[in-house]
Amino acid sequence: MLYRESGQFKTSYRADQAIFPIRQDRIALMVLLAVVFILVPFVADEYWLGSILTPLLVLSLAAIGLNILTGYAGQLSLGTAGFMAVGAFAAYNLNLRVPELPLIVDFLLAGVFAALVGMVFGLPSLRIKGFYLAVATLAAQFFIEWVFTHVGWFTNYSSSGVISAPPMVIMGVTVDSAVEKYLLTLVMVAVLALAAKNMVRSRIGRSWMAVRDKDVSAEVIGIPLLATKLSAFGISSFYCGVAGALWTYCYLGTVEPAAFDLSRSFQVLFMIIIGGVGSILGSFLGAGFIVLLPILLNNIAAMIGHGTLQADTMANLEHIIFGGLIIFFLIVEPHGLARLWQIAKEKLRLWPFPY
Amino acid sequence: MTSDLNFFFEVLFGGLLSGIMYSLVALGFVLIYKASGVFNFAQGSMVLFAALTFVGILEMGVPFWPALLLCLLVMMLLAVGIERIVLRPLVNQPPIALFMATIGLSYLLEGLGQGIWGTQVRALDLGIEDLPNEMIQEALGIQVSTFDLFSAGCAAVLVGGLALFFNKTRVGLALRAVADDHQAALAVGIPLQHVWAIVWAAAGLVALVAGLLWGSRLGVQFSLSLVALKALPVLILGGFTSVAGAIVGGLIIGASEKLAEVYISTFTGGAVAAIENWFPYMLALLFLLVRPQGLFGEKIIERV
Repeated sequence: MLYRESGQFKTSYRADQAIFPIRQDRIALMVLLAVVFILVPFVADEYWLGSILTPLLVLSLAAIGLNILTGYAGQLSLGTAGFMAVGAFAAYNLNLRVPELPLIVDFLLAGVFAALVGMVFGLPSLRIKGFYLAVATLAAQFFIEWVFTHVGWFTNYSSSGVISAPPMVIMGVTVDSAVEKYLLTLVMVAVLALAAKNMVRSRIGRSWMAVRDKDVSAEVIGIPLLATKLSAFGISSFYCGVAGALWTYCYLGTVEPAAFDLSRSFQVLFMIIIGGVGSILGSFLGAGFIVLLPILLNNIAAMIGHGTLQADTMANLEHIIFGGLIIFFLIVEPHGLARLWQIAKEKLRLWPFPY
Repeated sequence: MTSDLNFFFEVLFGGLLSGIMYSLVALGFVLIYKASGVFNFAQGSMVLFAALTFVGILEMGVPFWPALLLCLLVMMLLAVGIERIVLRPLVNQPPIALFMATIGLSYLLEGLGQGIWGTQVRALDLGIEDLPNEMIQEALGIQVSTFDLFSAGCAAVLVGGLALFFNKTRVGLALRAVADDHQAALAVGIPLQHVWAIVWAAAGLVALVAGLLWGSRLGVQFSLSLVALKALPVLILGGFTSVAGAIVGGLIIGASEKLAEVYISTFTGGAVAAIENWFPYMLALLFLLVRPQGLFGEKIIERV
């Protein structure tokens, strides 16, 4: 009854192509933004902001990055964490070696560096396809991890190989509390997510999807394969790079290359599978699911077991439930949570008189 | 100079033989990919699961050979279970969905194996020493581990057996038919589900052998499942669809990895060290640029 677009007439092409054509969607989005920007910082405590919401947002950003590459352009990548590492270390070194630059510029440049590295490792995608490419992106993952572990310059010759983010100052304001870090992350993620949403609706996004669906056909209708695939790798890595920089600065504070190992890549991959491959909204839903599920499981176990379960049993159980859920999701809804949301919206349009 | 040359051959043989160990893992991938087009990321976890199960059964006091049989039975049951629960509902899904399902499966198997048998490191003694073989040392003057020779022998027997099975039996014929074309195989009345279960069971057997050999070398522990990551470059180098490719790829990767590790770090004075994590991938990547389907893979023909 509430969610129905009847009576909303579109009288211009502009209105027809709007990012959220239905008024209820626009209102819902405004409410959501108001909640996360204004209500959450007041209501949530330090633990929720610093240890759950901030990493959730950062990982959503990485998931958007991977979704651009895998979901929209169809190039399966297992090197996400590697590109995140490039962003993290680039931001650290920029701050260290060119201190004149504002922090936000550091973050964006970190993304640009990650994009360049991503494009280099994306070059083989012109000749290599499918699973061969997926394995080839593992080369990026392992090589980048090795470089940051073994080349001292990147960690400023720190003996432990760990980098510590310096205090963040943006336009004279020191960002050091959990609320401020959360808000900084939120602003970056919101802006970049909006950009991504617009990108996938525009010419470049449509050419990615054409390449995903069949690259030979795409080439035949005049889409340049080289530019399209490389732009997908570059923009995807840009997102991952910014996510890596935020991960270091806003979440962990100190970071070693091992924080960006293969299991992180898989974590992001799971997010887009569960959230929905080829959906920006899905990236957020998937990140939320993957970040919150282990916490939920832990709490349930604590309630039931009262400490009788040992830590390694717990870890194994978590593995089993996790793996089982992924298989379950793939069987029940291969298009992920985003698809469920879409179905719910369709149902809602007819509610309460479905006939 | 002779000692230099001897050293070179020692490194080369050591590399070739460890390459065969990689091939063993890669073989499991190839079997499943050939028959069902599924890129089975869980192969490494199957290696871990098989080794854990075997050690667990041994610890219950069962002698070696019955334990091996029991373990084989477990792997077969697992194969049937996977086919029933994971593969059958996912028929007709895009290959990427199946690939992701196998990632989920690998988590499940790791948790299950360690949940049942415990997470601590177990020793596995096959009764073969990991020492230089004296006969070869006397005859040629170079050091080659007996254990490596034994595992090479195992691999040879396994590949020979699989080749016989594929080429000389009725089931093998059905497997090859399914590998060639699912729909045509279905049309002539080959039960796809049985064939898949059989293939996964065969991959389970390969995983068991690989698990025993790797397990007795590294100890049976979680890191066994990471062996799969060593097998992936072998796989793309050799081609996903070729058993011979898995073997040759393993030899190339093993030998070049050891040679690179020894010689590159010597030349650069140790500045470039511990490269064995990524070197095989880079090597495989370079090969792929020339031959995108791997050395022995089927030629990729694109139809629009």
